[in-house]
Parts: sequence; C-alpha cells; structure tokens
Amino acid sequence: MKNGSLIFGALLSVLVIIAAGVSFVWVPFDITQLSIPDKLQTPNKVHWLGTDHFGRDILSMIMIGARTSLAVALLAVGIGFSIGVPLGLAAAARKNSLIDEVIMRTNDLIFAFPSLVIAILITALFGAGAMNAIIAIGIFNIPVFARVSRGAALSLWQKEFILAARVSGKTDFLISAEHILPNIANLLIVQGTIQFSLGILAEAGLSYVGLGTQPPIPSWGRMLADAQTMVSFAPHLAIIPGTAIIVTVLGLNLMGDGLRDVLDPRVRKSRE
Amino acid sequence: MVSLCLASVIIFTIVEIAPGDPASFMLGINAQEDTIAALRAELGLDQDKLSRYFSWISGMLQGDFGTSYTYRSPISNMIADRIWVSLPLALYALVISTLIAFPAGIYAATQRGKVGDVAVMGATQFGIAIPNFWFAMILVVIFALKLRWFSAGGFVEWENGIFQSIKSLTLPAIALALPQASILSRVMRSALIETLSEDYIRTARAKGFGKRAVIWRHALRNALIPVLTIIGLQFSFLLAGAIIIEQVFFLPGLGRLVFQAITQRDLIVVESVVMLLVFAVITVNFIVDITYAIVDPRLRRRV
Repeated sequence: MKNGSLIFGALLSVLVIIAAGVSFVWVPFDITQLSIPDKLQTPNKVHWLGTDHFGRDILSMIMIGARTSLAVALLAVGIGFSIGVPLGLAAAARKNSLIDEVIMRTNDLIFAFPSLVIAILITALFGAGAMNAIIAIGIFNIPVFARVSRGAALSLWQKEFILAARVSGKTDFLISAEHILPNIANLLIVQGTIQFSLGILAEAGLSYVGLGTQPPIPSWGRMLADAQTMVSFAPHLAIIPGTAIIVTVLGLNLMGDGLRDVLDPRVRKSRE
Repeated sequence: MVSLCLASVIIFTIVEIAPGDPASFMLGINAQEDTIAALRAELGLDQDKLSRYFSWISGMLQGDFGTSYTYRSPISNMIADRIWVSLPLALYALVISTLIAFPAGIYAATQRGKVGDVAVMGATQFGIAIPNFWFAMILVVIFALKLRWFSAGGFVEWENGIFQSIKSLTLPAIALALPQASILSRVMRSALIETLSEDYIRTARAKGFGKRAVIWRHALRNALIPVLTIIGLQFSFLLAGAIIIEQVFFLPGLGRLVFQAITQRDLIVVESVVMLLVFAVITVNFIVDITYAIVDPRLRRRV
C-alpha cells in the first residue's frame, strides 16, 4: 500500500511531464489559430477534450499549460532550494551565532506573512507575468528549505563522522558541502516534491486572478478564469483544467509521501 | 513586536520601489507636470520616504490608516466596511474546517490501517490537491445554478438579516475550508496516533477504561497541541485565500479592496490592508502560543 502511493503518484506525475514534453514537438491542434465556428464543442472524436470559446483545442492548451505550470513551479522551487539550503546549512554550522539568529529570525518573519497576499502584492505592483510569479512564489520557498536543512543538519553535526571530518582539518563549509548535504539530500527531495505541488497550486491561483502567466501563453489558472463566465453552459471548460491541476498536485503529493517512506522510514514516524 | 516593525518596513519598501506614480496614474497620461506636482503635494507624496513612513506608522497606531488616493475617503472606514465580510468568512471557514477535521481525523486514527482510515486519508489527498477557487466554481454550478439553493455570488449585508448574510457566505466558506479541513484531519490523525502509543494510554487502558473513554479523556487533550498550531497557521491561509475566493463570489471584502486598490495604484490602501493582514496573522500566532498553556499545564511557567 505504501509503495502503492509512490507508484501511483509517480505515474500521474510522469503523465503530466510527458504531456508537457510532447507539447514542445507536437500538439493535436495549433492553438494560435482561432476557429470560431468550432467553438465550445464538448469532447468528441476530433477534439478529444472539446474546444474553448475561441474554438481552440483544449487538449492542446492543457498540454502547453502543463509546460507553463511545471516550469513556473520548478523555477520557484529552484529559487527556494538554491538560496534556502545554503542559508540553512550556514545557520546549522554556526549554531546560536549571530548568523544563525539573523537567518532564523528572518525566516520566522517571512513565515508570518500571508504568502499569497504578498505574492499578489509583488506580481500586482511589479507587473503581472510568469517571471514575477516565479519570484513571488520562490521567495516563500526559501524559509521552508532553510528550516528543513537547518533542522536536519543540526542533528548531523552531533555525529561522530562529522567530528572525524573536523579533526582532519576540514572547514565548516567543506563539511557542510561534502558530508552534511549528501546526508540530508533525501529529506530535501521529499520537501522539494511537496513545495513543487504547492507551487503548481500557487501559479494556478495567481494566473486565475490574472497576475500570473499572461495570454496568449496558455495556463491552467487562466483557462479556469476564462471558463468562469461560461461554466453554466460549458462546464467542461472548467472541469478539464481543474482536473489537470488536481492530477498534477495529487501525483506530486503522493509521490512525495511515498518517497518519504522509501527513503527514510524514521522521518515517517516522527512526522506522521 | 519586532516582527511587526520589520514587516511594516518590508511592506513599505516593496510598495515604494514598485514602478508607477500614484499621482500621475490618477490624472491620466495627458496631465500637466504642475498638476501632477500639486496632487503629489496634496497627497503628501513629495515628502521624503522616511517621514512618510513614520506618518503612516504613527497614524496606524492611532487607528488612522490615512486617506485613500482615489476615493479620498479615510481608509479605516473602507477597511471597517470590508472586514465584516472577510473576517466572518475566514472564521466561518475555520469552523467548517474544524468540524470536518476533528471527527474525520479521530475516526481515521481509531481505524488506523483499516478501510475507514485509507478512505479518509485518500479523500484528504484529494482535498489538498483541489484548488479552492476551482472547487468554488464547481460549488456555484451545482448549488447555485443547478439546485438554486444559494446565490452564485454577492453578499447580503448584515443589516438585512444575519441568516441571509451567513447563507451568502456559506459556499465561499466551504470552498475555502476544503483544503484546510484535509490538512487538519491529517494532523489530527497523526497527533492522535502518536499519543495513543504513549505509556499513559496503555496504563489507562490497563486500568479498565474503554477505548472510547481513553480517547476522550486522555488522548485527545494531549493530541491538541499540534492541532492548535495548525489551526493558528490556517487562519493566515484562510485570510489570504479569502482574497481569491472573494473574487469568485464577488464578495465585497478586503480581497476585492486590495485588487481594486492595486489596479488604481492606490498604494496607501494596499499597504494598510496588507499590514493589517500581517498584524492579524502575528496576533493569532501569539494567541495560539497562549492557548498552549491552557491546554498543556507543563508549558504554563514558560509562557
């Protein structure tokens, strides 16, 4: 059962990644071509998932939208990871020092902000668009990664093999990079998967209110926003992009849970 | 307190460095240089950043949030109107979330590993994965457009009947509560499973108490600490999430106020509302800390 969630989650995630990947070389229909006579078709043999109010093929839009969602979420996690992890490691290496205090207090501060509100503030003030959405979501990933890596690294610093490395004259930086980081990698991968799925949801939310990915680039959140006025007579416009988001987020979450069990059974115990 | 000060500086800075001058925005692209300058002086935009920051903060401490650039009316009044939509919505959602999560989590914990547990946990995975604004749209289609039990959007003012107001907040609150209820039931389940494995639970069982009595009298109370933390955290998610949900249901709450203000470059409104939200979040977290002491006597001396 436990591995079941890993396999099922991985299957769903791979499905989305394939859809995004294939969209680079092939999509069923060209979505830059508007075809009003074909508008608002329900799923049929030609248009497997139907068409939208401009007659664009929804399957094609979902595939390209997958690309957008994955890219935005991945880059946002990348920002959080590449800034948060070094900060967390530095804080752990100098426990209770001024650096540690400053890093952790700043972390607490960012946590206190309602992330979505600030993301909306940033994208609204600096211009709506994918890039600012990535930055806004990324900023809130930093404290998450910093906290996870600090916590895990702190317990490692007590271990004998770290002491041995210290005795051999390695600097704190080298120890963090060569010994601590590989040992907390599992934990970071699991956290990364969870943050990735949160990133997908955040991107969808921002695009829905018009502050994320901008037209003509298709994005699931935007498709939902467009669908809102037509949902009473064309519910498939809302159901399909929504399902795409749910499949992706569900897949990533299940995969994260499964990975956690496989990679580190102890974590499961303390977390669950 | 320190975090509030820092938060105010950060918000002020973000808004300050953002492109777009409110005065030139309000007057349109054809405005003369001197009219813009005059309006800037009237709005106090010509003073230096530091003195503007301090007048904003000191005003806020006295309950004076300043005057909206576009509406020329006191922001505190605008917020006071809107908060009676957003705050009840967040609290309503919190109540729904707790009412779902407690039974679901307790049930799953007692059924650990059995079909009931797997079903509840599977459902929560879905609950977490569903974007709440999408769920809101689906609710509107089913309960407002098809069944016509609720209105599809808008808000009935409190003066026109509390029941009607609550009714107009019901669908938004359910949509808002779904992901939080899912997270909370998972936390409730884990916390309860953890306490159920403690020695004192075994002792209580050995003393002859039934399973149910042990859960109610011993386990639940001890499992409440992590649950309270999450409830506190959720409050901020609910306030923030309300911003998007208010868009779906056209509710005249703080969220819509922020969106309107952002599009009109009414920066002082944006600053003030965001600051208020941060203040609310920090205060709630503080209250949660105090509640720990009530639930757990061991922590009383430290708090």
